[in-house]
Amino acid sequence: MSMSDLRYDLKAISEMIKPGSKVLDLGCGDGTLLEHLKITKNIIPYGIEISSEDIEKCIARGVPVFMSDIDKGLEDYKSNSFDYVILSQTLQVTKKPYKVLSEMLRVGKRCIISFPNFGYFSIRFFLLFIGRMPKVKILPFNWYDTPNIHHLTIKDFFIFCRKNKIRVLKKIYINFVIKRCLFIKVFPNLFAQHGIFMISK
Amino acid sequence: MKKDSVGIVKTKYLEFFSPPHELKLESGEKLGPVHLAYETYGTLNRTKTNAVLVLHALSGDAHAAGYHRSTDKKPGWWDIMIGPGKAFDTHKYYVICSNVMGGCKGSTGPSSINPITKRTYGLSFPIITIKDMVKAQKALMDHLGIKKILTLVGGSMGGMQVLQWTVSYPDMCHSAIPIATAPYLSAQSIAFDEVGRQAIISDPYFKGGNYYKSRKKPSRGLAIARMIGHITYLSEKSMHSKFGRNLQDKAKYSYRFLTDFQVESYLHHQGDSFVKRFDANSYLYISKAMDYFDISQGFSSMNETFARVKAKYLVVSFSSDWLFPPAQSKRIVNALRQNLKFVSYVDVPSSYGHDAFLLESETLTRLIKKFLATVSKEIL
Repeated sequence: MSMSDLRYDLKAISEMIKPGSKVLDLGCGDGTLLEHLKITKNIIPYGIEISSEDIEKCIARGVPVFMSDIDKGLEDYKSNSFDYVILSQTLQVTKKPYKVLSEMLRVGKRCIISFPNFGYFSIRFFLLFIGRMPKVKILPFNWYDTPNIHHLTIKDFFIFCRKNKIRVLKKIYINFVIKRCLFIKVFPNLFAQHGIFMISK
Repeated sequence: MKKDSVGIVKTKYLEFFSPPHELKLESGEKLGPVHLAYETYGTLNRTKTNAVLVLHALSGDAHAAGYHRSTDKKPGWWDIMIGPGKAFDTHKYYVICSNVMGGCKGSTGPSSINPITKRTYGLSFPIITIKDMVKAQKALMDHLGIKKILTLVGGSMGGMQVLQWTVSYPDMCHSAIPIATAPYLSAQSIAFDEVGRQAIISDPYFKGGNYYKSRKKPSRGLAIARMIGHITYLSEKSMHSKFGRNLQDKAKYSYRFLTDFQVESYLHHQGDSFVKRFDANSYLYISKAMDYFDISQGFSSMNETFARVKAKYLVVSFSSDWLFPPAQSKRIVNALRQNLKFVSYVDVPSSYGHDAFLLESETLTRLIKKFLATVSKEIL
């Protein structure tokens, strides 16, 4: 697999990770990211996934995967047992985001989180002018069959971190349409489609 | 015979541990000579790295695949998984299955003749453990010249042997697939085993285990033990969908102590057919070996137990299995993960209960094929 095949946010995530580290990917999907990190960064990969289909793909890739529901917690894992815990495009899907985040911060020395930004201008416009639940490129589902149950904006995330004394070590803002543009950096909550953050206690 | 069958196969026999080199058992006693019955399917490659060791459950035997005679109605017990193109593809792998020590299908057990007294062992046969069974299998691997086993696989008691192998002989195990098993037998399972054993021991024909020369055998006791076993192999849901409250060959209740319900008839059938193929003493010895199993025995913790293992694991449990529940498999996986070992864990959704490890062959085939493809790349 070449780097360009990786979803853009996965690429940004992999650039944050130091070689040789222990990495736990929550909701690791088909194991694309972990396999990539194993090959390029020689990491020790661990995945947690709930979908049987994805688990089979992980096994076929040689990525060790544990079938479990991350909403049920990470109680079986010791504190600080991983260098990185990743939650890529999954936070908004969890039933208890607060519990998931605090558990991540417990078992991981550093956590990497990426999520679609509900404050993105096209989402705001959709709601404002059409008056319906936004159905846009980054959130393509109807309200009645979306896996996304806890939407948040980049601003929400910062407030959450401040309130819970979580340190934000790195932040990356992504917009697939306008790619590199000063607007994204200056007004991320309005112009970033996705936010990626490295946090720690 | 189907194209994906290994065809006609023959059980082979080997003798090890002849005095004065007896096998030292965990109990401290010695046993020798030990015969092992085993079958092999496929061809061992030049580098001897394509061996798959299949470990059977309580009532299994060495005949895992194919047919002994062309007139046989049923193939070996795991034929659905072993053969050309199947999960354990005999075009690629060399599959070995041996009858456990203590068994009654060709390997040395309580129904064998004690070479010293020239009489059947009966209850004078020493108590054996899962570790002892594995020790005997190790001798078989040595005999075949296999230093590294590509994968070890087994369900239930077979899974216990898989775990024991990876802990006892870490350098010999490249990968391992323990299915529907546990790091130790739970109190609940020991309880069921004990009821089964008491049924056998209380049978008037048991005679302290010395029934081999009698015309009457402790068949009732053994059948009851098997009936109890079968209840634990199914789930409430699978029993309900299989039998419900349906009556057997009748429209009305008999109002007598006869077989009214289908589920009763099923259990009777399982019990009656079991006694034709299994020895009551073997049942006592093997179920006791399962009761004694605790992989962490001799270690300070479960984590320490798995600290030195080298195999890559694929651990599989089944959601409705209450005899070897998923939580037990998770204990194994957690200990492995704490030690940063390579382990994948799948809890297969199934309503078949413990029996699922023999029935969910499609899911198992998909998982095992993928797992084997990646682990075999490393040594084939």
